[in-house]
Amino acid sequence: MIPRLFRVARRRRETPDTWTVELEPASGPTLIAEPGQFTMVYAFGVGEVPLSVAGGGSGNGRESQRGRLTHTVRAVGAVTQALCATPPGAAVGVRGPFGRGWPLAEAVGADVVVVAGGLGLAPLRPLVRRMLARRADYGRLAVLVGARTPADVPYRRELARWRERPDVQAVATVDTAGPGWTGRVGVVTALLADARFDPASTVAFTCGPEVMMRFAAGALLERGVPAERVHLSLERRMLCGLGHCGACQLGPLLLCRDGPVHRYADVGRLLTVREL
Amino acid sequence: MPSPDSALGAGPDAEPPELSASPVFADLDADRAALLAGCGRPVAFAANEMIFREGARAEAFYVIRRGTVAIETVVPGRGALTIETVGPGGVVGWSWLFPPYRLQFDARAVTAVRATALDGACLRGKCAGDPALGYELLSRLARVLIERLQATRVRLLDVYGPAGPAALAGADR
Repeated sequence: MIPRLFRVARRRRETPDTWTVELEPASGPTLIAEPGQFTMVYAFGVGEVPLSVAGGGSGNGRESQRGRLTHTVRAVGAVTQALCATPPGAAVGVRGPFGRGWPLAEAVGADVVVVAGGLGLAPLRPLVRRMLARRADYGRLAVLVGARTPADVPYRRELARWRERPDVQAVATVDTAGPGWTGRVGVVTALLADARFDPASTVAFTCGPEVMMRFAAGALLERGVPAERVHLSLERRMLCGLGHCGACQLGPLLLCRDGPVHRYADVGRLLTVREL
Repeated sequence: MPSPDSALGAGPDAEPPELSASPVFADLDADRAALLAGCGRPVAFAANEMIFREGARAEAFYVIRRGTVAIETVVPGRGALTIETVGPGGVVGWSWLFPPYRLQFDARAVTAVRATALDGACLRGKCAGDPALGYELLSRLARVLIERLQATRVRLLDVYGPAGPAALAGADR
C-alpha cells in the first residue's frame, strides 16, 4: 500500500519528549479514522511507525473541522524523533487507517470508565471527545489518567476542561511528584476506588503499557465489570498494517487486523503467556 | 498529633466516627465496629496542614472520610516529595502497630480533610483483650497493606518511563 502525502499543519509539545502533530493531506480528501484505529506514518528517508489516531479524522475536534489527522508522538527512536522534529509545511507519508477501533456503540446507555496510562490517552482522546459530543447518549463518564510525573501528563489543558464539566469525572494521578502538584499520587488503578459508575452496566476502555492494562482490567473485574465489557488496545510491532507480515502476532491474533482493540474476555489469558 | 480544633472547627461532637463508610471496615460486625469506634474521634485538618511528621511518636491512624492526604518525605535539595495520596475511605498511618511506634513519613492534608483518628494504644489494648477482634482488624489492615505493596511494585516497574512501551507511538526503538 502506497503512503499518501500529508503535510504537517501544526505541531505542539505535549510533554518534554512528546509532540502532537496535525497532518493535512497534500491533495484530496482527509483520512477518516474511527477512535481507536491507527495509521502507519512514514518519515521519509528514516522509516515508518504505527501511530494511534489521537484526534481529528473521525468527525470530532477542531482538527477534524479543519480536515486534519492528529497523532501524538513520543520521541523514543529514529523515526519518532524525526516525526517530532518535522516542521510545519514538511511532508510525511500516511497509510491507513488500520485496525478495529473502540466499540462506541456498545457503550450507548451505559456508564463509561476510561483508564489511560501515559500516552495511552492518545487513542482514547477521540473516544472521549466523541462521547462528550453526544453526552446524552451515555451514562456516567469517568476518565482516569496515570502518568510518570506531572510534566508527563498529556493533553493537560484538555484534561482541565474535562475536569470542569459536571458530567465528567476526570482525574489524573502520577507515580512521583514534587512540590506544587496538588493532584493524586499513586497507580492509576487506585483511582477506580473513587470513580462513580455502576459496574453491572459499565463499559470500560483502557490503553497504556500492557502491564498497566492488565492491572486495570483486574481491578475493573474486581469491581464487578464483566470481562466482555472491558476493552483494551494492544500493541506489538505493527509493520504492514494489513495482517500479512505477521510481525504483530499475539497467539492466534494479528493485532493490526484483529485489533488493536480487543475484549479482555478474549485476550486476558494471552497477556500472561510469557512466550507471547 | 491530630488537631481536632483546627481551622475547620470539627470538634469531637461534630460528627461521630463513621468507620463503616470506609471500605476497610465495611461489613464489620456492629459490636466490633462499636468497640473500634470507642477508640476513635473525629478530626479535621485545613488544606496544607500537617497531620503528622516523620520521627514523631505514632499514636493513631486515620480513616479518611473527606479530602485527600499526601504521604511525603523531604529529600535534601528537592523539597517534600509526595510518595502517595490517600483519598476518602483510605487509611493513613501504620507505625502505631509495632514498636518503636515512630512515624516513618510525613502526612499532609492536600485539601481540607475530615477523618477518624483511631488511638493506637487503645486499639492495641482492645485487640490484646479480644484476639478475635485483633485478628479481624489486622486482617482488614493487612489487605490494605497488600494492595499498597502491590501498587508500589507496579510503580517500581516505571511502566511509563523511557524503557516502557509507548502505546502505538514509538515502535521504532
